[in-house]
Amino acid sequence: MTFTSRSALPGFHLALGYTLVYLSLIVLIPLAGVFFKATELGLAEIWAILRSERVLSALTLSFGTALIAAALNAVFGTLVAWVFVRYDFPGKRLFDAMIDLPFALPTAVAGIALTALYAGNGWVGQWLEPLGIKIAFTQVGIIIALLFIGLPFVVRTVEPVLRDMEKELEEAAALLGASRWQTIRLVLLPSLLPSLLTGFALAFARGVGEYGSVIFIAGNLPYVSEIAPLLIVIRLEEFDYTGATVVAAAMLVIAFVMLFVINGLQAWSNRHKVRNQSLALPVQGAKQ
Amino acid sequence: MDITLNTIDKQFGQFKALDNIDLHIESGELIALLGPSGSGKTTLLRIIAGLEFADGGGVYFGGEDVVAIPLRKRQIGFVFQHYALFKHMTVRDNVSFGLRVRKGEIRPDKAAIRRRADELLDLVQLSELGDRYPHQLSGGQRQRVALARALAIEPKVLLLDEPFGALDAKVRKELRQWLRELHQKTGVTTLFVTHDQEEALELADRVVIMSGGKIAQVGSVDEVYERPASPLVFDFLGSTNRIPAKLQDDHLIVGGQQIVRYNGNQTGNVTIYVRPGDLRVAGTRDIGLDATVLNVQRTGPIVRATVEIPSTGQRLSVEMPHLHHDVKQLIPKQTLRLRLMQFSVFAAEPDLISESIIAPHLIGRERLRQA
Repeated sequence: MTFTSRSALPGFHLALGYTLVYLSLIVLIPLAGVFFKATELGLAEIWAILRSERVLSALTLSFGTALIAAALNAVFGTLVAWVFVRYDFPGKRLFDAMIDLPFALPTAVAGIALTALYAGNGWVGQWLEPLGIKIAFTQVGIIIALLFIGLPFVVRTVEPVLRDMEKELEEAAALLGASRWQTIRLVLLPSLLPSLLTGFALAFARGVGEYGSVIFIAGNLPYVSEIAPLLIVIRLEEFDYTGATVVAAAMLVIAFVMLFVINGLQAWSNRHKVRNQSLALPVQGAKQ
Repeated sequence: MDITLNTIDKQFGQFKALDNIDLHIESGELIALLGPSGSGKTTLLRIIAGLEFADGGGVYFGGEDVVAIPLRKRQIGFVFQHYALFKHMTVRDNVSFGLRVRKGEIRPDKAAIRRRADELLDLVQLSELGDRYPHQLSGGQRQRVALARALAIEPKVLLLDEPFGALDAKVRKELRQWLRELHQKTGVTTLFVTHDQEEALELADRVVIMSGGKIAQVGSVDEVYERPASPLVFDFLGSTNRIPAKLQDDHLIVGGQQIVRYNGNQTGNVTIYVRPGDLRVAGTRDIGLDATVLNVQRTGPIVRATVEIPSTGQRLSVEMPHLHHDVKQLIPKQTLRLRLMQFSVFAAEPDLISESIIAPHLIGRERLRQA
């Protein structure tokens, strides 16, 4: 009759129908629209747009900086979460609240603040510039903006897992003779990996789509520091709607593939959690 | 390896968790630390392991002070109540963890590690489950993996923190038996913490009964069960009837009735502690405690009855084996005379709630032999 087993809980058909309709309206149809619009052009024309140097460098920049920022956040965000979970210090609650600020802040505010800091005459920039380090209006600036934006995603996904991690696991490892480093590498990190990947994926996804904070600090030089979302906006302003959607569709595909890969990694890192109860033997199992 | 604890103190804030603990454990002994929750037994175990630091006092393994030895060099096998298995490792990898993290010369080669892990899995009867992950095992199996993992490092001392606490009754019984056999095979000095007196009595060579951060009594199973040093120990080791009584003219008197001869050379208010299983029906000409049967229940091989002492209204429970000839006299509403086969007499009513063990002192313990 149906493709589900019978359940005592009512409302499955209604719930499924609602979910599909809602998902279609909010997510699927708009995304499909991007592809329809893009296919107004022939394959050769699409290919030509995608192969143009400006588009290629914008896409590379967007995904490259997002990857680097997400990776850095994965490392340092985990450290932040670790400190929050393991130690108590004055002002902890205040710092804890500050972690969420990038969630709530209009990204343009972050962009302006970061630009003011890192520009050649800014508080931080004026000390770095004489050393030959330029941050604002370069790709480094973009990464810093994305670090700011992505931090809470990593901290907030890793934190609960760290908190739930039994202290006993570390104690057991130490009693079995493991050094601190071995405990981290062999015991803690593997159990953290799934949530770390989730945080990484979220920070990455956010970084790819980030617009507001980046355009202030990036300087937006074509071929150098022009991100793909900005390029889409530029194309739209030139009334090149199809050109814009082609870039958009490309972003969509790349983002989808990358999230798919990360999901695969997650499933792999979670492989030991796959339930298989039929395998369990009774207690007086093997040898009698 | 023998263990000596010397005047161990431990304070958590205002709470005195351990108060001046002295204890010596012979090499190869199987010891139970028994006590209600909050009695300090787990803290003591964790101090021996080195997971917790005592405020004062010393821990010696074979005469050597181990307090300064770091955790990872102590060679202690520790089994946690909730197993603390590494979830992302297979059972075999869990068991071999302690060997795999060794460095340099003392680290066996891969084949040797695997061989050792398989040997241990054999020992805990899980040889076919080496490739499973912990979540694919039952609770009892997980605890056996935890044991195999602890034994892999050839520990000098094996410490178990409520090892069977999270398991159901039947599995618990099986594992107890099995741990006993394992201990006989390996001979490792073993301490385990439990709040289950049956577990302690069944498994251990000696029992350390703890209460309020102090040791209430140490002794062999027979000693603590037959000669409990305090009402608390008596109460903790099994179900108890407490009968307020008066000691006068060489007899114990309950509600005006002389119930048993007792040469206390003392006079005054006492409390008789008698286990339900130590009550039997007396002949009509013997002295004893008159009681009315209220109800009778048969639970497997044991028959339990609730009786009431008419003169004081106090209710007692009585237990006897179902084949005992007294059982047929346990008829509801029937009045009978009870004989106290074995009991302890303590001065005054002790304060059991605060777990204070100082208050009442043991006046005596009596055992009647059947004629």
